[in-house]
Amino acid sequence: MSRAVSIWPASADPIGSTKSGLVAAGTAGPGWARGNSKIVNDVVGLIVGGLALGCVYALVATGVVLTYKTSAVFNLALGAQAFTAAAVMYSLRNNLGLPLILSFVVAVLIVGPLLGLGLYVTLFRRLRNVPEAVRLVVALGVLILLPAIVQALWFGKGGNRGSPPALVLEQDKVYAWGPVSIPADQLSTILFTILVVVGLVALFKYTNLGLQMRAVVESPRMVQLAGINADRVSMISWMLSGTIAALGGVLLAPLFLSITPSNYTILLVAAIAAAVFGRLTSLPLTLVGGLALGFLQQALSRYLPSDSVLAQGLRPSLPFVVLFLLLLFWPGLRDRREVTDPLAGVDPPASSIAGTVRASKDTSKVLPLTLGTVVIVALCLLLPGIWMYRITGAIVLSTIFLSFTVLTGMAGQISLCQAAFAGAGAYGAAQLANHFNVPIMVGLLVGGLVGLAVGMLISLPTLGLRGIYLTLATLAFTLMVDQIVFPLEQVGGGPAGLEVPRPYWSGFIDFSDDRAFFLLCVAALAVAALVVWLVRRGTTGRFLDAIRGSETGAASIGINPSRAKITAFALSALIAGVGGVLLSSWQQRTSAGDFGVGNSLLWALVVIILGARTIKGALAGGFLLVLFPELLKAAGIPNPEAWQGVVFGLGTFVFVRHPEGLVDAIGGWYQRHFGRPERTTEEVRRIVTIDLSEPEPPAGNGASSPQAPYTAGVGPLPDTAGAVAGTAGGGSYRYAQAGSGPPQPPSMPAPPSFGGT
Amino acid sequence: MPLLAAESISKHFGGIAALVGVDLNVEPGEFVGLVGPNGAGKTTLFNCLLGILKPNRGRVFFRGRDLSRMPMHARARLGLGRTFQRLEVFSGMTVRDHFLVADRSRRKKGGLFGDLVGQGTPTRREDARAEAVGELLGLTELLDVPVDSLSLGHARLVELGRAVLTEPKLLMLDEPSSGLDRVETMEMARVLQSVQAERGTAILLVEHDLEMVSLVTSRLYVLEFGEMLATGPTPQVLAHPVVRRAYVGDVA
Ligand SMILES: Nc1ncnc2c1ncn2[C@@H]1O[C@H](COP(=O)(O)OP(=O)(O)OP(=O)(O)O)[C@@H](O)[C@H]1O
Ligand SMILES: [Mg+2]
Repeated sequence: MSRAVSIWPASADPIGSTKSGLVAAGTAGPGWARGNSKIVNDVVGLIVGGLALGCVYALVATGVVLTYKTSAVFNLALGAQAFTAAAVMYSLRNNLGLPLILSFVVAVLIVGPLLGLGLYVTLFRRLRNVPEAVRLVVALGVLILLPAIVQALWFGKGGNRGSPPALVLEQDKVYAWGPVSIPADQLSTILFTILVVVGLVALFKYTNLGLQMRAVVESPRMVQLAGINADRVSMISWMLSGTIAALGGVLLAPLFLSITPSNYTILLVAAIAAAVFGRLTSLPLTLVGGLALGFLQQALSRYLPSDSVLAQGLRPSLPFVVLFLLLLFWPGLRDRREVTDPLAGVDPPASSIAGTVRASKDTSKVLPLTLGTVVIVALCLLLPGIWMYRITGAIVLSTIFLSFTVLTGMAGQISLCQAAFAGAGAYGAAQLANHFNVPIMVGLLVGGLVGLAVGMLISLPTLGLRGIYLTLATLAFTLMVDQIVFPLEQVGGGPAGLEVPRPYWSGFIDFSDDRAFFLLCVAALAVAALVVWLVRRGTTGRFLDAIRGSETGAASIGINPSRAKITAFALSALIAGVGGVLLSSWQQRTSAGDFGVGNSLLWALVVIILGARTIKGALAGGFLLVLFPELLKAAGIPNPEAWQGVVFGLGTFVFVRHPEGLVDAIGGWYQRHFGRPERTTEEVRRIVTIDLSEPEPPAGNGASSPQAPYTAGVGPLPDTAGAVAGTAGGGSYRYAQAGSGPPQPPSMPAPPSFGGT
Repeated sequence: MPLLAAESISKHFGGIAALVGVDLNVEPGEFVGLVGPNGAGKTTLFNCLLGILKPNRGRVFFRGRDLSRMPMHARARLGLGRTFQRLEVFSGMTVRDHFLVADRSRRKKGGLFGDLVGQGTPTRREDARAEAVGELLGLTELLDVPVDSLSLGHARLVELGRAVLTEPKLLMLDEPSSGLDRVETMEMARVLQSVQAERGTAILLVEHDLEMVSLVTSRLYVLEFGEMLATGPTPQVLAHPVVRRAYVGDVA
């Protein structure tokens, strides 16, 4: 029987596979292992080791802040960029045996900046005027895409020719001065970081370019007015941050036994924690944050007893815990409005995600839909066993994905912890079944409730967080749960995983047969879909729509945004919890990585790219994610998991053009070419805009009108113009914030907006 | 007892003192104007009253209750309604849905359970109420149009309708006439007067159009550089030389 939907290629690699914590922890300098000098050496080792690790964090964090400030992109992909550089370095040095210097030049000084430049030019440059959420999803896609490409093309099993190369002249050399001994690789990390910091200071202080970058950071609009090309500045800062991240990636590599994407996810999260410490603005504070985190982690690995599972989980998870706490308690992050840019008010209001991501609302008729479903389900029952098994998996996954429809589609929150909800439900039910003989039918309910409880746990403290910060909090939360809680014997059953029975209850209920279980899953999906459908068109759905449109506006008419968001979180976690129980019962066991961070990210990416607003999107996601790898396997493609990541990651490029989701985009395309003409919102918008305009021939776009900043892009006049007649007088302003947003100079940077949800 | 009483509100943004010890009262059913040059702090005062901003000093009482610790939506439920200078419409939703949502919010609907048993679809009564407000504001033709496609003036009317549907005790309007032409402005003035007269709603109006202000308001506050310059019956205040110098800028 084919096993789980195991997905993220890295999830197999244990994250804690560092060389005895860190190198410094193991290397006591020769001859200094006695008496006082041992303590000195200990302390020095701690300082140097912490410093080296902190330097790597600080480097990547600098990259995060640079790109965020100059192009408003929170670049999650930096972790993947660092990974790519490290893999290139490894291949050149260890596999091809090139000289160290040459490998370094290629990996860091060529691949690094080119990757940054390429990402900016092909993807992020166009994203200035889109909602922040879209930028975030694109960055997430790249975070998955790059490692998948590297692994699919040549780096499949990670490095297997010795340990990753350090940037030192002599491997494993230890420099010793008196009681102080420093391993060469740590020394070089520190020196490189000093070099970068000095370089950045010089750049910002003494060069014209640095001055321009600082100006862009202060106010992109002001810069534009002053005639500086903000686009060029962003481009350079992407190259710069790419180089710095590549350096960080190459420096980090020798601290671990092998080069895996998950190690670089940790690096990324640590860097984000440092950047958040610097409030995403201050580079000095960011550096301090990175160093402090390095020290803290080093101290923990020294002084925590290494045998308890909790400690083992906590040590590598420190960055997640720190990031989570910073997001909750670090002053100055919550409710940051755009007060820092003196010209923030001159822009037309930013379009919200609801404006851009306007999707259809599953308007199919009920009767044909029901009949069609019944027919398809009946046909499925005729399928050969293995296919029915797989389709069952797809249905279960679709059920879980409906939790995105609630939380991301309806509430506009991009959550990266849906797998944690599902896992909580699955483990809860499985433990009850194994220890207390609670039938899994009851476990289904319990699983939902456990998921719901975890949902509350994360939603209550993060209520004040907006947009990107909420997403980061959910990412940190998933990592914590995945690393600390799920590996526990009492939760996930340890390395062996848990047996999960099929729903069975002493003769009355028996779903142990694959066919019966299939029907049960279909029923569960139908119920979940019905609930989502009812809620979305009901009061809760409308309130959530309103909040997504304008939270202030919603509160001003008495809608409680917190309550609505908690409701969405609860419902979403409940669905995910039930789905998680079904998923584990489908596989009849759980194993590490089922509900890990890899799946969390991939699930979010797939559902959002396909369409988080619609039930169709969730269904498409479930089927694609289960059946696509089977297709790849059937086609005999080696390393199908990596290729799957490549394909879904590439979906990002489509998403950039169709943020409403691929399913809807295809539907719209079909409708335009083959369907009956039906006036879409977009057309109505155009018509109304034209009706209000002066009686001039509607040229290519309305940029010639006197109120250019407030003029929506008016396309060619459709024949249906005038259908909406009598639009009560002619407003002297035309105003629209939907669609592509008001036309602006192509390089006008968007404000670092925080309310993008 | 006044409906709304703001006592010595102060608010500063970094170095900028946007409001300095501002007092303001509104009696039930009264039509009050608030004028002042650009950047005087009018919008900031509104934001402090509704709770979008937290004043650095001072307190706000509404219907005898201290609002200081009350979140925005609770203040709205108590009967404060407002429109925004920078629009806060629900982009992606139709005009009708704006009204429906406001109507349901007022009737404290919003339970998940109701949705699950199929009470989510708009009832005929709800539709009727939305259409009544649409008619009042001349938006009948536009009810099913997404708000994003409306002109600025119409979008302001949608915000007004949305606020009216929550049946506030005090309606705060931030430059409702901007984006409207002369005729529409006068129409707006008429609508406001009828809302005040028929529903007994008190109105606090921020407006640059002095003609409209003198037409509808009975009392006027003048704000300048964050300080309350004058208050009193509208005609007298507008005629006062200090006010004319500060606000109109020319002393004839
Ligand atoms: N969020 C903010 N951050 C910083 N300064 C602000 C902020 N909001 C308002 N200000 C400043 O406070 C002062 C008062 O602004 P406010 O918008 O209240 O004026 P206003 O009277 O409404 O002006 P207008 O007639 O132009 O609408 C201005 O100097 C403005 O620049
Ligand atoms: Mg104002």
